[in-house]
Amino acid sequence: MTLLTVQNLSLSIGPLPILRDVSFSIAPGEIVAITGESGSGKSMTALSVMQLLPDSAAAQGEILLQDRNLLTVPEPDLCAIRGNDIGMVFQEPMTALNPVKTIGAQVVETILIHAATTKREAQAQAAAMLTRVGLPQDQFPLSRYPHELSGGQRQRVVIAMAIARRPRLLIADEPTTALDVTTQARILDLLQDLVTEFDMGLLMITHDLAVVADMAHRIIVMRHGEIVEQGETQSLLANMQHPYTKALFEASAHQVDLPPQRETAAPILSVQNAIRDYALPRTTLFAQRQFHRAVNAVSFDIHHGERVGLVGESGCGKSTLTRAILGLEPLQFGAISAFDSPVGPDMPAATRAKIQVVFQDPYGSFNPRHRVARILSEPFHLDPNAPKGATLANTIATVLSDVGLTPSDATKYIHEFSGGQRQRIAIARALITKPELIIFDEAVSALDVSIRAQILDLIADLSRRHNLAYLFISHDLSVVRTVTDRVLVMQSGEIVEHGDTEGVFTDPQHTYTRSLIAAAPVLPDLKEAQNAPA
Amino acid sequence: MLRYALKRLLSLLISLAIASVVIFAVIEIAPGDPASFMLGLNAQPDTVAALRTELGLDVSKAQRYLNWVGGMLTGDFGTSYTYRTPVGGMIRDRIWVSLPLALYALTLSTLIAFPVGIYAAARRGKPGDLTVMGATQLGIAVPNFWFAMMLVLIFAINLRWFSAGGFAGWDEGAAAALKSLTLPAIALALPQSAILARVMRSSLLDILGEDFMRTARAKGLSRRQALFRHGLRNALIPVLTIIGMQFAFLLAGGIIIEQVFFLPGLGRLIFQSISARDLIVVESVVMLLVFLVIMVNFVVDLAYAAVDPRLRART
Repeated sequence: MTLLTVQNLSLSIGPLPILRDVSFSIAPGEIVAITGESGSGKSMTALSVMQLLPDSAAAQGEILLQDRNLLTVPEPDLCAIRGNDIGMVFQEPMTALNPVKTIGAQVVETILIHAATTKREAQAQAAAMLTRVGLPQDQFPLSRYPHELSGGQRQRVVIAMAIARRPRLLIADEPTTALDVTTQARILDLLQDLVTEFDMGLLMITHDLAVVADMAHRIIVMRHGEIVEQGETQSLLANMQHPYTKALFEASAHQVDLPPQRETAAPILSVQNAIRDYALPRTTLFAQRQFHRAVNAVSFDIHHGERVGLVGESGCGKSTLTRAILGLEPLQFGAISAFDSPVGPDMPAATRAKIQVVFQDPYGSFNPRHRVARILSEPFHLDPNAPKGATLANTIATVLSDVGLTPSDATKYIHEFSGGQRQRIAIARALITKPELIIFDEAVSALDVSIRAQILDLIADLSRRHNLAYLFISHDLSVVRTVTDRVLVMQSGEIVEHGDTEGVFTDPQHTYTRSLIAAAPVLPDLKEAQNAPA
Repeated sequence: MLRYALKRLLSLLISLAIASVVIFAVIEIAPGDPASFMLGLNAQPDTVAALRTELGLDVSKAQRYLNWVGGMLTGDFGTSYTYRTPVGGMIRDRIWVSLPLALYALTLSTLIAFPVGIYAAARRGKPGDLTVMGATQLGIAVPNFWFAMMLVLIFAINLRWFSAGGFAGWDEGAAAALKSLTLPAIALALPQSAILARVMRSSLLDILGEDFMRTARAKGLSRRQALFRHGLRNALIPVLTIIGMQFAFLLAGGIIIEQVFFLPGLGRLIFQSISARDLIVVESVVMLLVFLVIMVNFVVDLAYAAVDPRLRART
């Protein structure tokens, strides 16, 4: 007995085809994961089942929830189905809740829309549901507002809202993508438990193949609005038919060919006992100011040509430390020096030129009205000896070829490039001053797996050709593991463990490192799976 | 919430103090000695000096500032140079025209703008939205005195429902007074409601694109229910800002409308006092307007906090 059957679903928005001939089904108690890269149509498939598509969308085919075709059900009846028979959890817990209503009111609302019950009874049910998802009433009463909760806690509220009516089908669209690994692991556990307990079907949308492989009973791989392959998780992993599926999994597990580290001399960057405090707002007018210590007594060196990783969860102080190393944050105590001169808000331009940075969101860090040539020459603005005219044009052409683009790209605008190409331009901008240290701040986190693999190859290749040192900051442990020689683990502003990368990953000493590694979902070893009898 | 209110109150007092210094200084810089202006070109120097003493102009600037502020705090706004009557009395007469007029116009503007803005946002891009937006464009473009003249033409001259101008006074009863303020209030409110409706619409449209609106729909709310239950309150913050600014404008900016309808309001008082170099009146009326505007902003700040719990928490 299937719960949801999607038959030959095709969808277009205006003239644009979005989905073609999508067919799959979900049984009660089954977890089905749709995976694929951005633009593959996985989210649109989920929204089709919810019938929450844009007005200009036109769908053909059938979406059967048990025996009702959701494509032909009139809107008022759909309202009665949404939230009652189908619940949905979204990607961004920070914005998925109404900021001006209490969490209690928002969970109660789902119950009151669908059930003829008193407000008091609905509140009791909401309290029970919040307790069930891990928000006990003594700590998280109904009167809390969303802004008083962390991301993971908010996602629990969203889940409580979605399952308050014990729907038969739950749709989760990238439910943990915005969360830290340890939080992600707990939310995924919760979802799995709820599926078993309520005998729900779970349609999970995720780009993260490790998550998929960990928890899904069946996997659907999508590309360009079509299903390229689907099957039971074990057999699909063991016996991938479609080349795209293989390419996707290979790119996820991509290992770069990192050149061996050359013999190192004196450190080029030295962080000594760095402390950064932020003043908290006064609680009363004349109270002593309280401080939040974002970075606490951090010391480490980076040597010439060394690739160092920095991992830790959000709020651990990674970003503050990065800004301090870039000389954008003053320190309260300790010192940072690079190339034998102190680093700080008024460091000399020559030192600044030797440390460059690449950020997560390349589009946000470019001025959309400037051409690539101007974007690339930006780091020269402080340098009186900057190349000009033909020399500058040559330099720009060289860095563009260095990152795998062509010199003619210099005259284009940034919107003409894809996400991966933009990240190449960001790397080119970092390379142009001939730096010796590049900081990558979550530089590959927003990229699709296949693009991520290419950018990681580029990063490894650049270190081979220019003998560059890297500080590679990421929440993604598998990426850090492949591109670094040494790794620092940061928790609550402190470095709790450091050592050579393989050593730390295979034999973590600190409990926090162990919990991070345990929480990170891992891809099954495909070669082993393929050799195993299916 | 209480701490938030106290903080806003403190900043209100500081703003008032700064405003009083600025107003006093600006009026001092303005050229022309009121005493010699009042007595004309042929006045004897000793007559001018005597008048200066009488007007309190012969003491130091700091002393005069303190006298002025101290007087206002005790309800004594000084004596008008030209009319030789207490300024307090003059203001009291006018404010009972201007303040009710501003509130009346603001109420009308809000009552028109909310439904119009919500209607347009709910039908984004459809003919209803386009019609309404075209009408508001017109409402912003046409000056309010033109509306005033049209209203007089239709409702006073042709239909004879209202008088064409003048103020009945509150002694005749509230109904008569409000009736004589109705046409001016409508003329003032139309352009304001057009602006407010557009702000309401764009603010709602912003909110409709938020993730939590999709969450609301996923719960089973219809489009309309989601709009009213989750959209409206979130969309109110920019709207409240505009309402606060409009009130300030309506209080002091009604001078043309006051002129068209022969209303004895604050705008006309300021205009007359400036022409007559009656600086003490100008100073006091401007200070009073500043006080009212700052009070309105205080109320708007409290309204923000009532709407948005995040502001309450931040204090």
